[in-house]
Amino acid sequence: MVKSTSKDAQDLFRSLHSAYSATPTNLKIIDMYVVFAVFTALIQVAYMALVGSFPFNSFLSGVLSCVGTAVLAVCLRIQVNKENKEFKGLGFAGEFDSRQYALVLLGLVHRDCELGMGINWSLFPTANTIN
Amino acid sequence: MAAVESLPPGTPSAMRNAFGTVLSALILVLIGVLAFSIRLFSVIKYESVIHEFDPYFNYRVTQFLSKNGIYEFWNWFDDRTWYPLGRVIGGTVYPGLTLTAGTIWWVLNAINIPLSVETVCVFTAPVFSAFASWATYLLTKEVKGSGAGLAAAALLAMVPSYISRSVAGSYDNEAVAIFALIFTFYLYIKTLNTGSLFYATLNAIAYFYMVCSWGGYTFIINLIPMHVLLCIVTGRYSPRLYIAYAPLVVLGTLLAALVPVVGFNAVLTSEHFASFLVFIIIHVVALVYYIKGILTPKMFKVAVTLVVSIGLVVCLIVVAVLVALVASSPTGGWSGRSLSLLDPTYASKYIPIIASVSEHQPPTWPSYFMDINVLAFLVPAGIIACFSPLSDASSFVVLYIVMSVYFSGVMVRLMLVLAPAACIMSGIALSQAFDVFTGSIKYQLSSKSKDDAEDNTSTKNAPKDDASSGKADKGEEVAKERLSKKGKKKEREPAEKPSVKSKIVKKKALVLPLEASIVALLLLIMLGAFYVIHCVWAAAEAYSAPSIVLTSQSHDGLHVFDDFRESYAWLSHNTDVDDKVASWWDYGYQTTAMANRTVIVDNNTWNNTHIATVGTAMSSPEKAAWEIFNSLDVKYVLVVFGGVIGYPSDDINKFLWMVRIGGGEFPHIKEADYLRDGQYRIDSEATPTMLNCLMYKLCYYRFVETDGKGYDRVRRTEIGKKHFKLTHFEEVFTSHHWMVRIYKLKPQKNRIRGRVKKLKQKTTSGVSSKSVKKNPWM
Repeated sequence: MVKSTSKDAQDLFRSLHSAYSATPTNLKIIDMYVVFAVFTALIQVAYMALVGSFPFNSFLSGVLSCVGTAVLAVCLRIQVNKENKEFKGLGFAGEFDSRQYALVLLGLVHRDCELGMGINWSLFPTANTIN
Repeated sequence: MAAVESLPPGTPSAMRNAFGTVLSALILVLIGVLAFSIRLFSVIKYESVIHEFDPYFNYRVTQFLSKNGIYEFWNWFDDRTWYPLGRVIGGTVYPGLTLTAGTIWWVLNAINIPLSVETVCVFTAPVFSAFASWATYLLTKEVKGSGAGLAAAALLAMVPSYISRSVAGSYDNEAVAIFALIFTFYLYIKTLNTGSLFYATLNAIAYFYMVCSWGGYTFIINLIPMHVLLCIVTGRYSPRLYIAYAPLVVLGTLLAALVPVVGFNAVLTSEHFASFLVFIIIHVVALVYYIKGILTPKMFKVAVTLVVSIGLVVCLIVVAVLVALVASSPTGGWSGRSLSLLDPTYASKYIPIIASVSEHQPPTWPSYFMDINVLAFLVPAGIIACFSPLSDASSFVVLYIVMSVYFSGVMVRLMLVLAPAACIMSGIALSQAFDVFTGSIKYQLSSKSKDDAEDNTSTKNAPKDDASSGKADKGEEVAKERLSKKGKKKEREPAEKPSVKSKIVKKKALVLPLEASIVALLLLIMLGAFYVIHCVWAAAEAYSAPSIVLTSQSHDGLHVFDDFRESYAWLSHNTDVDDKVASWWDYGYQTTAMANRTVIVDNNTWNNTHIATVGTAMSSPEKAAWEIFNSLDVKYVLVVFGGVIGYPSDDINKFLWMVRIGGGEFPHIKEADYLRDGQYRIDSEATPTMLNCLMYKLCYYRFVETDGKGYDRVRRTEIGKKHFKLTHFEEVFTSHHWMVRIYKLKPQKNRIRGRVKKLKQKTTSGVSSKSVKKNPWM
């Protein structure tokens, strides 16, 4: 039972590996970027678990912006993938422009969230006690 | 719109398309003008004044913003309300409405149109309701086509439920929030239909505007995940769904966290958990589809068993952690107001303040017919029309109407969220019905005008017949706007002429007899006419009252009761700037805005204990009340009394709520003490506690001088205690119709006579100083 499942698992991984290596290079680059972004977000969560969640603003903005770029990269991949028949011939460049708007917004909001720390501190100066 | 792309200009179909576009643009402009003007009844009948209570607070904030600029606004700490606690305005107000009106005012002043802030505030709501009807047109167009869009927009422009909260002068959050709601939904459906990231970004920005404007944004952030889940479960998952949903969650949460009122609640409260849960689910589903696509079926089965066994363990751990986190908070992470939506009995048990607001009560059946009228029975027809054919967008509007019907059944204030959904559904239903009837008429007429169904001649003659019948109808449509959407339907039919030939064979089954179609068409038009009449009546008579000015018709003409403004003006002219005024929380906003005096509690009702303190003071005998008010530095007490003119929303009618709220915090106030045999009375059968409490005394002081008998017109009895004096308060102002009465706290006496003299002799002989606790009034 265990042997057959482990053999099945090996077969599974081999077939996954072979199927995946068939994808075009530009999609693979996007996938690497997604993995990197998620990895960065996980590192931030681990850091927060170690150090504590103050100030929460920066934690929130950091994690959400990493997750956001990952999501937007996945959207790019969806739209660029030639196998997706619903998106006709927009090509890499066309969708990249749409994605730029989204990334600009994400960047602005990230900056605003970090600055938001400043506003919060001026309103609640007593919250500044750091242990 | 149908085939527009590559038609050379000048061909008949291109001309008709262009004509159709121009006509629909003209109709949209007319709908906007209609939406704006139907809300102007209160300005015409009374004056351009801000209505009700909450709008006065928004008006005061907008005044502050226009005078001091945005940085002062963000950092504003208001010390003239909730004395002595104050209120952080920058962090506790939804800034969308005030920023919108402030921007409009600033822009207008910059181009040298010097409108006052009050005018801008009064007319913001009608302008945004015009925008809302255009947004409804766009949304319904995405679902069913432009005919349905125009019908829905025309219905929304007039629906009484929306008028009630967006009349000229009702300067409240819903005025802009409903526009933001519909616009956000439109952009979501647009993204779903096109799969374009550009619209997804716009969707996030529109959602941000909605979060800025109204606490009801939680409706959006729960409805959209529900719809995504519905699509996944019914097998309609597609990459467009991912693009529509995932960026919205991330960008939307980040943007929502920017608004100070929401702050970290965007990730910490249960209202948002549904969106995160569905975020995870959609990623899992996307991954599953992806792997399914690249693996063979056998391998996929192996993968499923592997993942399920491992994944289940991980899932259970995560779910256990989450449940522990959520259960550790007493309300399970939900805020009080949201919890009262899910469990309608929650508020009445635990938070009497939420239960006491009349807007939070469940609606009665007649209010459905009052507020959405004819739409109430067009909605089911629209739901059926949405199912043929079912698309992502139409499943969304079906889900929207089901959810909004449920929530409107819990709270009458949420009938406002039901209104756009009902209009969309009814617009779809009406447009489908008109489609069938006019198509039948056209087919019957065209098959009557030629003898045999020779295909070539039929397709040649039919356009001419349709064009002539269309033009004849156009002549009589110019005046009536109601018929104009029927004309739009007829103009759209010729544009589809090339495909009619193939459709004639199919349409044979859907064709109705000519007489039946004509009668049905006329009946539908009459239905619309009744709807319009009702809406105009509702707008003019029911929803245009500014409630700060009252009128009544009597045999000697129109009486105007302007007592509220009279008394606030008296306060502002005859008291010091720093004097504190105590009243029930209903009048807090108006007092700070119009009288410009510091108040103890106001309509924000964020501090239940403070309100309970005031309630206790109003329910206590004079001396205890004086002690409480003196400890709060109160100088003046304001009560509203309707017994002389018969105004039913006065403080005596609200008094039981004061007792309940006060009793919730201070157990020595018991509601049963104020009721005789479970009945609330103020006549001679009332309990002594009731007859001695401050509210009774302040309302009925010298009341017997008005008619000699002390007959209260609202309670319809003579009052119990008629002749009494006030010992700790003195009356300083009573308005013209006795509606507002203002009393001043008497200061403590300087000299204390009588027993203290004896006690002073005793203290000289060495007795401990009991005089500290001496009663200064005896």
